[in-house]
Amino acid sequence: MSSLPTITKATLAKDLRLEWRSKDVINAMLFFALLVVVIFSFSFNPTAEESRQIAGGLVWVAFLFASVVALNQTWARELRNQVLDAFRVSPAPANALFLAKAIGNFLFVSALEALMTPLFIVFYALRALGPGWQLVPVGLLGTWALVVNGTFFAAMSIRTRSREIMLPLLLFPITIPALLAMVQATSAILTGEASAKFWIVLLAVYNLVFTTVSLLLFESVLHAE
Amino acid sequence: MPIRGAKEGARSDSSELIVNPSPPACLNLPIISLSDVIKQFGRLAALRGITAEFLSGRLYVIVGDNGAGKTTLLRILAGLSQPTRGRVSILDSTDPRAVREQVGYMAHPSLLYDELSALENLRYFAQLYRINDEQRCRSVIFSLKLDPDLTRPVGEYSQGMRQRLSLARAVLHDPKILLLDEPFSNVDVGSARHMVELLAAMRNRGTTILLITHQASLLESASNEFVWMDFGKIIRRSRELELLQAL
Repeated sequence: MSSLPTITKATLAKDLRLEWRSKDVINAMLFFALLVVVIFSFSFNPTAEESRQIAGGLVWVAFLFASVVALNQTWARELRNQVLDAFRVSPAPANALFLAKAIGNFLFVSALEALMTPLFIVFYALRALGPGWQLVPVGLLGTWALVVNGTFFAAMSIRTRSREIMLPLLLFPITIPALLAMVQATSAILTGEASAKFWIVLLAVYNLVFTTVSLLLFESVLHAE
Repeated sequence: MPIRGAKEGARSDSSELIVNPSPPACLNLPIISLSDVIKQFGRLAALRGITAEFLSGRLYVIVGDNGAGKTTLLRILAGLSQPTRGRVSILDSTDPRAVREQVGYMAHPSLLYDELSALENLRYFAQLYRINDEQRCRSVIFSLKLDPDLTRPVGEYSQGMRQRLSLARAVLHDPKILLLDEPFSNVDVGSARHMVELLAAMRNRGTTILLITHQASLLESASNEFVWMDFGKIIRRSRELELLQAL
């Protein structure tokens, strides 16, 4: 549909403007991720070699938890004044809303990662022994894997009574294959002991499948009572 | 399909808000038909077999006590809710998706983003209807006696201002059918009368309006028919409010 890119762009611009004014998402995510880094650094006192082994897990678990904060917030603002109904009664394609929300969340979580990664490097004295450039595709694909499912399941849980609890219950089990790939790929690159290519391909396939399924099902989710 | 009024210029008179200059071609034809419509929420029946027709170019005022099913009826007509049983036909279509462009809906909540200004809100909603005419947004805001240049976020508006902006959002795409749920709540009398004038002007140009209110007397002169609902049913329809109340 020709209006899909236009409305996606308009909705994304609106969401970025709302976030710029309220700072609801980025503040909550940043504070949460910062706490995780500090608590982990107090809990463990690893050597440089141990850090390389565990950092992949620590980093992605911190980002997963922080992204849940963003995912809840991004739909919560559509519930205030029931403004989501204004979209539902319009002829705008449902997928425009989904794509705008997913891209917005991707930008928010990427911004968080850009801010938090240097802190992780400092706190855990990290240095990649493998091909460091591969962290870029792992980061991009991993972040998309978190937000595409998260945006979809947050939309599903938006009208449930306990959506803050419902979202992790729905999201975490389905994210396990992607999380495994992100952690394994990151650890492989940091330690330089194995190739991360298999895990990167797995992430790409995971994203392709779940993005397609989300786009196919989102209209039903949006218009469900 | 071209959007009515999408390319029109600024207007200051509410009666000119509707920009389609041609007179309605099919006045007094059924535009909405309901046949034995039932809506259940679990064991609660909100609508209990409504069969009714609403003609084009008329202003219907739906009255009734709280819990009578008025809002449920409007949400079904807006396509926000599906009937449990029965048939709803709007503009000869039983698929609500097919007529979304022709229906305007104003709910009890404002359906507006509190953090955005009036113009930013309407600019966004205009794009959902493929209207890329800022002047149209400005003129609609202005016609409801609001200032399109006010940069204050809508969250800081009074309830009455928010209601008027909510109406502006609903009429922005110049719909053929307008569904309004309590448009006058918390609106001062002067502004409410102005809103009634605007709605009467829209009706005169062929828009069908279904309006829920507890202040039916405001619409005595403007409405074509009062529809009384009770316990999920339409129990009376009358041209005179007094007659309706007397029965």
